[in-house]
Amino acid sequence: MHKEAAIREPLILGHKTYHDITNDVVGPIEGDAPMGWKILISITGLISLYGIGCILYLIGTGIGVWGLNKTVGWAWDITNFVWWVGIGHAGTLISAVLLLFRQKWRMAINRSAEAMTIFAVIMAAMFPGIHMGRIWVGYWVFPLPNQFGSLWVNFNSPLLWDVFAISTYFSVSLVFWYIGLIPDFATIRDRMVKPLPKKIYGILSFGWSGRAKNWTRFEEVSLVLAGIATPLVFSVHSIVSMDFATSVIPGWHTTIFPPYFVSGAVFSGFAMVLTLLLVMRKTMKLESYVHVKHVEYMNIVIIVTGSIVGVAYLTELFISWYSGVEYESYAFINRFSGPYAWSYWIMMTCNVISPQLFWFKKLRRNLTFTFVLSIFVNIGMWFERYVIIVTSIHRDYNPSSWGEFHATYIDLGIFIGTIGIFLTLFLLFARYFPVLALNELKTILKSSGESYKSE
Amino acid sequence: MYDDEGKLLAAAEKLVGQGIRVKDVFSPFPIHGLDPVIGVKRTRLAICSFMYATGGTILALLGMWYFMIYDWPMNIGGKPSFSLIENLPAFVPVTFEFSVFCGAHGMAITYLIRNKTLPGMPACNPDPRTTDDKFVLEIASSQNHGHDVDALEAALKDTDIMELSIKELA
Repeated sequence: MHKEAAIREPLILGHKTYHDITNDVVGPIEGDAPMGWKILISITGLISLYGIGCILYLIGTGIGVWGLNKTVGWAWDITNFVWWVGIGHAGTLISAVLLLFRQKWRMAINRSAEAMTIFAVIMAAMFPGIHMGRIWVGYWVFPLPNQFGSLWVNFNSPLLWDVFAISTYFSVSLVFWYIGLIPDFATIRDRMVKPLPKKIYGILSFGWSGRAKNWTRFEEVSLVLAGIATPLVFSVHSIVSMDFATSVIPGWHTTIFPPYFVSGAVFSGFAMVLTLLLVMRKTMKLESYVHVKHVEYMNIVIIVTGSIVGVAYLTELFISWYSGVEYESYAFINRFSGPYAWSYWIMMTCNVISPQLFWFKKLRRNLTFTFVLSIFVNIGMWFERYVIIVTSIHRDYNPSSWGEFHATYIDLGIFIGTIGIFLTLFLLFARYFPVLALNELKTILKSSGESYKSE
Repeated sequence: MYDDEGKLLAAAEKLVGQGIRVKDVFSPFPIHGLDPVIGVKRTRLAICSFMYATGGTILALLGMWYFMIYDWPMNIGGKPSFSLIENLPAFVPVTFEFSVFCGAHGMAITYLIRNKTLPGMPACNPDPRTTDDKFVLEIASSQNHGHDVDALEAALKDTDIMELSIKELA
């Protein structure tokens, strides 16, 4: 059994027993859905329907219904794609990297963060899909024998690397998440009285019995999956950044992109985890498990990654000047002073200045402030991608084709729609799935629970 | 049945010390330090994962060699990409992703099959409380011919036990 210093703040507040943990997590699943949940899911459901409507209209009509033009061929679609993938990264980072570092505070947040990862990656994967225009030939991205003289996909293209990266990332995260869920589904199965839910959770739990050998394997599998998910997280966003970095567009063609994108992803992901978790802990009464200490830890991650992102922005600016390439310099001067300067300064304020406020202990332990700031970071990170994508291409080498991008209501509808679908999935998760990793929390009760620490 | 993992661990050590074989333990979470006591060997799943991943690496490289070098070489801006070794840097990302894909899924599937946990499998924990907060230590008299049932019962009662149930198994 691990021993922990007595002066450390306990991770589980209150005098909980193992049974209390089960009750606190499984209790809300057994009862009827609260009114607030029903109202929320109706709202997010309607937004999702609107989004799906916009997507169907887009597929039926063609991507001309977006505001894209000859010069700006990528805009909100790829911005949203990168934004959602980035949000997904926090979940894997929390569950995999923090597992390798044996950070116990991850256990209260990893389940919901991983759920968020999976839903965010689904949203992300949709954008390249619908951006193809002819989604019904989407399977052409896979190397399948075909009628065109067996013409294969191009494995030298970063866009194809992305296909492999995103599909691997999605499926591995899903497996990682589900393997952790199996024992917790078994707990729910054994508590359920009503026959139908009992049956359903029985199927979901795959007949888990908690034998000693099964637990040994469970721990080994979790560790190995964490070990291979860690480089996977870094590779996925690096590959996303190579979609830009391997091109020859000034503003995109920079070697700093992979590390810069990865830290940006973790930054935005933690912000989204905070946004959702601060609401969830309140509404689901999980204050004993996710409390100020956890929020503080997450805010520290936000300072670190936010500062890395800030340094990257400044490095980019410096290098564009130092390189002496006039196209490169122009791209960056145009970024902060051209027609899109407003978006550049929104990005700078939200991503570089605002997280620095967390150096004050009072602020990073203040939940309301954290919530507001996390939303700022979400907005800032969306603008980061918008700035990178749109400002770099709206003025190309040929001034006669310079133009600007104007979003249409379909652009907006699809973006808002994906937020709706994401929240709907998350609400369903919060209602029917164990939102905390029961089996993991129970293992830290004795080393980090309040009642055991005070003994 | 025990109500604390520490008590179960102490009991298991005591029983094994008396030469009694523990058949299995059912618990709501992993009990660290139990495996060597009751004789559960270290799992070889990590080695499996490595082998699946190596398989993935070979398959990915073989596939890309066939698609891009052998079957339909592509001239991409005149870059030197007409042999595997020249084109290898561009193949690194997909090779890595595919290795991870095979390693992770291969191991997960092996894990589920070896555990006999698959969709629709019946649960076989002896008491529903073992997934909540209780710990069951199972001893089969058929594995302990040296001790009769009464002796086993006495040995168990001698530990910090909460409940004892004796079942006649067919």
